[in-house]
Order: sequence, then structure tokens, then C-alpha cells
Amino acid sequence: MSITAEETQEQIVAATKARNRALIDEVLKVYPEKTAKRRAKHLNVYEEGKPDCGVKSNIKSVPGVMTIRGCAYAGSKGVVWGPIKDMIHISHGPVGCGQYSWASRRNYYIGTTGVDTFVTMQFTSDFQEKDIVFGGDKKLEKIMDEIEDLFPLNHGITVQSECPIGLIGDDIEAVSKKKSKEYGGKTIVPVRCEGFRGVSQSLGHHIANDSIRDFVFEKAGAKPREFTSTPYDVAIIGDYNIGGDAWSSRILLEEMGLRVIAQWSGDGSLAELENTPKAKLNVLHCYRSMNYISRYMEEKHGVPWVEYNFFGPSKIAESLRTIASYFDDQIKEGAERVIEKYSRLTQQVIDRYRPRLEGRTVMLYVGGLRPRHVIGAYEDLGMNIVGTGYEFGHNDDYQRTTHYVKDGTLIYDDVTGYEFEKMVETIQPDLVGSGIKEKYVFQKMGVPFRQMHSWDCSGPYHGYDGFAIFARDMDMAINNPVWSLTKSPW
Amino acid sequence: MTQNADNVLDHFNLFREPEYQEMLKNKKEQFEYPEPQEKLVQVREWTKTWEYREKNFQREALTVNPAKACQPLGAVFAALGFESTMPFVHGSQGCVAYYRSHLSRHFKEPTSCVSSSMTEDAAVFGGLNNMIDGLANTYNMYKPKMIAVSTTCMAEVIGDDLNAFIKTSKDKGSVPGEYDVPFAHTPAFVGSHITGYDNALKGVLSHFWDGKAGTVPALVREPNEKINFIGGFDGYTVGNTREIKRIFDLMGVDYTILADTSEIFDTPTDGYFRMYDGGTTLEDTAAALNARATFSMQAFCTEKTLPLIAEHGQEVVALNCPMGVKATDHFLMEVSRVTGKPIPEELRKERGRLVDAIADSTAHIHGKKFALYGDPDQCLGLAAFLMELGAEPTHVLATNGGKEWEAKVRALFDSSPFGKGCNVYAGKDLWHMRSLLFTEPVDFLFGNTYGKYLERDTGTPLIRFGFPIFDRHHHHRYPIWGYQGGMNMLVRILDKIFDEIDNNTNVPSQSDYSFDIIR
Repeated sequence: MSITAEETQEQIVAATKARNRALIDEVLKVYPEKTAKRRAKHLNVYEEGKPDCGVKSNIKSVPGVMTIRGCAYAGSKGVVWGPIKDMIHISHGPVGCGQYSWASRRNYYIGTTGVDTFVTMQFTSDFQEKDIVFGGDKKLEKIMDEIEDLFPLNHGITVQSECPIGLIGDDIEAVSKKKSKEYGGKTIVPVRCEGFRGVSQSLGHHIANDSIRDFVFEKAGAKPREFTSTPYDVAIIGDYNIGGDAWSSRILLEEMGLRVIAQWSGDGSLAELENTPKAKLNVLHCYRSMNYISRYMEEKHGVPWVEYNFFGPSKIAESLRTIASYFDDQIKEGAERVIEKYSRLTQQVIDRYRPRLEGRTVMLYVGGLRPRHVIGAYEDLGMNIVGTGYEFGHNDDYQRTTHYVKDGTLIYDDVTGYEFEKMVETIQPDLVGSGIKEKYVFQKMGVPFRQMHSWDCSGPYHGYDGFAIFARDMDMAINNPVWSLTKSPW
Repeated sequence: MTQNADNVLDHFNLFREPEYQEMLKNKKEQFEYPEPQEKLVQVREWTKTWEYREKNFQREALTVNPAKACQPLGAVFAALGFESTMPFVHGSQGCVAYYRSHLSRHFKEPTSCVSSSMTEDAAVFGGLNNMIDGLANTYNMYKPKMIAVSTTCMAEVIGDDLNAFIKTSKDKGSVPGEYDVPFAHTPAFVGSHITGYDNALKGVLSHFWDGKAGTVPALVREPNEKINFIGGFDGYTVGNTREIKRIFDLMGVDYTILADTSEIFDTPTDGYFRMYDGGTTLEDTAAALNARATFSMQAFCTEKTLPLIAEHGQEVVALNCPMGVKATDHFLMEVSRVTGKPIPEELRKERGRLVDAIADSTAHIHGKKFALYGDPDQCLGLAAFLMELGAEPTHVLATNGGKEWEAKVRALFDSSPFGKGCNVYAGKDLWHMRSLLFTEPVDFLFGNTYGKYLERDTGTPLIRFGFPIFDRHHHHRYPIWGYQGGMNMLVRILDKIFDEIDNNTNVPSQSDYSFDIIR
């Protein structure tokens, strides 16, 4: 009896699918019936050729299951607005939200903190009972006055609403408007990102995008800054400069001949936001968190946008060419030049690390773009993604994921602590990439882990320079001698 | 291009390379519309002045860089100290993601906790259905022995009634009727994480002692010889609790640690994830009613819990994070007095060793000025220890400290010549501290990880102390209590002092005459 390689491959895929389906059935058994029904819609095995991953998404989390998701405030303050460095972002409400999100996201920036930049600071209205009872608008006014007094070089203020604001009927829009007028038209942005809104961080991104539209773009028109356009102006949208990601991306765009006029929002400034509609093209990395404003600029200002992926050399080259296709031959040649320039480095990285990582399996569970975007980088190193899922993805994310995942990949949306633990226990991947809340769970189990939100104190991972670091880190995680010590020898 | 596969440059060095430096310079000049350099320097220098300090201290509404978190964080911490207990926070789910991250970043351990995931509809109609479904799911999935409920500010603002909700959930069959679901209302807009710790612990004790929310008869106290011990919200809980157990065992004291978080925050990596580990058993928690007395190591973490215990007929001993020789002496003598057990020779010897170590090193600490901030009890404990070492706790600040705390710190200053000229700052934040460090400089600063921004701005060397400590590993494994804890703190202080001396005496042909190998 002779079996061809293809048949063997088919058999492996079929066996994987069967195991994954059985695994889904197994994890659902723990739930009460109602919950099992709800959770079943979020778990699936990807079937090649299907238009999406076959899971429901962007739906309320089930109470009590240990969802990994955050809230709208986290999406607005923590993700979109927080990194804008020359503005002061007030965590408006009780002290906790601002405290837990204080400087924990590694959005790198250059500036004199506390004087002209404020990213790694925690400004809060520290609500007390009396503020809940009598309202916080007066306090907010005073806070803005004190900010103007003590931090005179701030270029603007945002009000990041915490849960109580929307519940007690405060009018932060009126306060912001009044104060903006009083300070000669200063940009003051009220953001209705109360944590109970929506089902995850995702609505916070959207609300934050809308607030930029309403309170930055509208205002910028009133007092335009001096700005000379060139035909090669682009803006980086949806890169939060975690560990310096936007910088190792920007350098490539500049090297191919483009002029990056703005970074959204890692190491970004108010001026950059204001000037973005003047770009010739918006290049969008994190589709999930910033597609809204990209679409708006396309409709209102006629700025086209294009998604790109700067994880791993295959996707970087593809993306550079795609971006270049919007420009003339000079830029197209520039893209080829950049790809060529880094090809030696890329080959060296692959030569060094691929033999150490070839065939290793990975399970991912992250937010934003990463559950799909990083897959190419792993595959460049010969690694296989056997499961992936989004904390707060929508159906359009799961559609895009089909371009990345292989037949039979396990898909889990808004995974619960229990499900994730059982899945990893059964599948036994060589690496799990997820967040701080998951890290220690899996390390205890003896499974190598990398935080794929914060790059685990490392980074950047974007661009060619970042790929070398990514490869080193995955090797360091998987081939670490500590994992041979987890079982006592007696 | 300077990146290379053999020596990979990450963020530490990559961005220092000339191509990146050039790129960042251009970005700033062309696109950021920065303030002119002269203006930047002018304002930066102004923030260091007395004038700025006065303005800064006139703040009435704005808080900048506070040294406190919100109630439910403390409630979750306390709940994790009970055997196989799942903390359940009723309200928005993002909060729980934050508590879990925050605790995990400090302890480098998993933090299990669930949310009732309330959203807009719950804001309008109340979160009863979330409670009903949530309790059922948690009970079935994670099979805890107890679910300890607390609240986020959302649930508090809309006025959800935990007692009624839990009763209804039980009626609906979410969990069995006799299943333990203690609860505490923990509004984030009152107090801080230490208040939440207090409320949650009180909630658990009154649940077991006072008839489980009216479902069973209240327990009748049958006094015995045991003592209870409460550590409070403590970033050093792993090391501290183990040290206290060792001391009690040495003394032959029969004890119950209430809310014992020392195991759950120190589980082994051996191929197995323990969602639950250690913790005070539910039986011991109930039986703690019968103890002769309860010791609280952090009185400001137990402002409501201790009176509850006292009302049940126990003696309560309230301490303020005893650190160093005299405070440990007092603690041990109180334990001895209450239990009738003598302090063993071994502990006397440990005491002598700590005194010996202080005597060996005191010349390097004597007269040095320190600023410190943290939770109220920890500030009191550390300030007392510093004075014992002949050092001056020049600025003592607690964002979550109140008038009573302020008075206690003043009294402490007055008790020693080393407290002369020292000042206490209740309810102030780290931006106030920044002004203090610029205008009245000190030699060293004690504080948590966020203190590194103060160290960077003011040049005051930071000795990490308190919670959270994210950027140094494993400090939580070492006790700061007991004579052994005093020794640990002493070494930590001395290491920083000596490092500073070395760093300031190492310029060849300028200052290296003091670069001594014997100190």
C-alpha cells in the first residue's frame, strides 16, 4: 500500500479537525446549558475555503466565565488616546482605572515627561462620594484650570470617562466646550468611553476615533498650521509604538521615499493628528482600532487607506509593494530597494533561528490585529499556528483571518479562562502567545509563553529590525533550559 | 542598518543608532510642532522651584500620579486568601481585567477572578441577571468552595443590592442554597484598595460568624486559646506570612492566618496550574470566632474588620506594619502576653543578630534623610524603622492616608530626635512629592515602581518598597516583618547606599580616592 505525501497531509488535517471538534465539545460540557449554547457559537474549526472562521464575535461576554476582555475606557484611554504625548488625558472618575492603566502599555515616546509630554503619568479626578452625589462637572472645570496652571506646555486635554460619568448625568461636553473657549480655542476632547459601554475594548476604539473626528479635525480646520505637502505624504495609522514598533516601521517607509507626516497614536502629537487629512495615503496597521477614522478621512477628505502588515519578512515585502502601488515608480523602486537592503539581514535571521524553531506549534490569543498579523512572522521561521482567536474582534477580522490560517486551525473568540486552559492542555503547543493574565497560567503548566500585547518587555517586533528581535525572543522562550526543569527527577 | 542576527539589538540599543536618532529628530522638528527649546527649559526649571511647589500644593481638584488604587483591588486580594475561593466582582468587566493584570504584574503569578460583565442594559435595568448567570457559570466552571462577591463603581452607582441579588440567585438555582457567597460593597469612590481589603474581609467574617446573611443561626463564640492573624493588603504577603508562621511555630502559638495569600501568590512551576492553592480554610474562618484575640499587622487595612471582631468578644491588637527591632519586640511581646507563651531563646538570638547588623552598618545610615510614600501602615512602620537606624524620615506621604494617620505619624516624629523637622503629607500624590524632592532634597526615596519617575526627574535614588513593584522581581518573596524582615530591609537600604557611594566616587583622577574596597 502506498500513500502519497498529499494523502498523508490530508489525513493529518482530518485528524486535527476531528481532535479540535472533540475538544470543543469537551470544553462546552462544563457549562450550564444556556451558557454552553452561547459559547458554542464562539468556538470553531476553520474549514478552508470558507469566507470567515465560522464564529460569532463582538457579542457580550458571558458573566462569570473569566473573560480576558477589557472595557471601552481601556480601548480609548489605554489604546487610542493615551499615547498622544503632548496632550493630558484625564481619567475622569474614581482612581482605579487610571492607576491600573498607568504606563503599562509600553507606548514609547520622546519627550520631557511632566513638562511637554505626559504619556507615563496618571491624571485623575479621583472621584469621591460627593462627586457621585453632586456631580463632577465643577470639579472637572477646576481640574482643567489646574492643568493649565501647572502644565502650561500641554497642547490639549482629553476627558476619558469612567463608568460613573455616564450614570450620574455629568455634562463633560459642556465643560469641555466652555473651557476650550476660555483658553482661546484649546483642543479639549470629551470622550464618552465609560467602561460599561459596548462589549469590550472595541467600542472604546470607535468612540475615541469619533472624538478625534469631532474635536480634533473640526477644530483644526479653524486654525490651520503651516504645512507644506509633498506627493509622498503618508500617515501611519494604528501603530501604538509598543517597544518602538512605529519607529521600526517608519524607518522603512522613509527609506522607500515616503514622508511620514503622522503616527497614530504611538509617539504621536496633536499636530500630527490635525495634519493627517493632508496625507496622500493612510497606511493602516491595526485595522480593528482605527478603521473608523480611516474610512472617515477617505469619505470626507478623499484620503485612501490601505492595510499593511509589518510582521515578518514575507508580509513586510508584500506590504511595502502594496503601499508603493499607490505611488509612482520612484516609490516602487524605493520599495524594491528596501526589500533588497534588508534581505541579507532577513536571511541571516532565518538561517540562525529557523532550524531552532522549525515545526514548532503556536497558539495565539490576543487583541486587535495580532491574532492574524503575526502568523506570517511565525511561518517565516517555520512555525505553525494551530489555534488563534480575538479578544474583541468583529466578523471582518475573522474574514481577514482566513487569509492567514490553515485548514483545521482551532478558532476561539472571547475565550474563557477555562476553555483556553483546557485547549492548551490538550493540544500541547510549543508556545502560547497571549497576555499578562494568561502568561503565568501556562508557564506553570510548563508551556513556553510570550506576551503578545506588550512584547514581554521586549520589542520592537515590527519591520525588519523588529523581526530579528521577534525571532530571538521566540527562540529564547521555546528553547529555554528552564522548561526541562519543571518535572522533579525523582 | 545596524541590526544583525548574531547580536540582535532590541529597544534598549536599537533606537540609539544614528539612523533612528536622525529619524526621531526629523519627526520632532517637522511634524510635532514642539515648544521652543528655551521655553521647555524654562518651564522644566520652573517646576523645580518653591513657587511651583506652592502652586502645586494649592491643587484642590486634580490628582497627578496618586499612590493608591481602588477598593475592589483590595477586595480581590483578600478573597484570594481563602481556600479555593473565586473572587467575583459585580459590575463592568474591564475592571477585573485590570485587577488581574495589576496583581499578576507584581507577583508574577496568575490571578483568578471573574466579573459579572455588566453592560448598558444592566446599567438601565440593574445587574440581577448578570449575577444569576454569573454565579451559575463560575460555580460550574471553576468549582470553587466559595465565591466572594465585591462590586465595581458601576454597580454601586446604580445601587445594586448584593444581599438581595445573591438570595435571588440562590432561589433561581445558580448555586446551592447553603453555598457560601460572602459579599462586600466596595465602591471605588470611597477610600482605596486598603478600604476594599477591609470591607471584603469583614464581609467574609460576618458571613461565617453572623448567620450567613440570615440563612443559618449565628455562631456562638466558644473561646479557645488560638489567635487570629491578619496581614492586610501586603505586597510582601508571600515572604511576610511565611515568616510570621515560622515565628508562631517557634513560639508554639496556635493560630489562624485570616486571608492567607502566601500560597496562591507563590505557586510552583511544575507542569500544573493551580487555580487555587493554600488559603484560610472555610472551617478555620468560621472557627476564628472562637479565638482569644486577633492581631492586625496593618490597622488602617482593618478599620472596620477589627471593630467587628471586637464586638464578638475578642481582644484585638492593632499594629502599623511593625518593622525593625522595637516594633518587632512589641509585636512579639503582645503575642506572648495574649497567648501566655514565652518568646523563645531563638528569637532573642535573631533579635541580637539584627541589632548586630545595625551596629555594624549604622555609620552609613545615620543622619541620612529619606522620603517615603506608600500605604498608611507601611509608611508608619518604615518611618519608625528609619528613626531606629538613626535616619530621618524627612517626607512621609500617603495618598490614602487621612487625618488620623497624619496625627499618628506626627506623634511618631515627636517620639525621637530623628523625627525633628520631618513632615507628613496625608492625601497628597507623587506630583506633590516631586516638588518636595526638588525643594527640600533628601538622600534617598522609598516607594513603589512608580517612584522611578521621581528618581529620574529629581535624581533621588529609589529604594523600592511597597506595592506595586513591577520592575524588580521577587521582592515579594522576602519578608519585611520579624527580625529577619528587618534584616532584609537593612540590606536593601545598605546596598543602595553603597551603590550610590560607589557611583559617585568612580571618576578616575577626580573622585576615585573615595572608591574604597572596604566600607
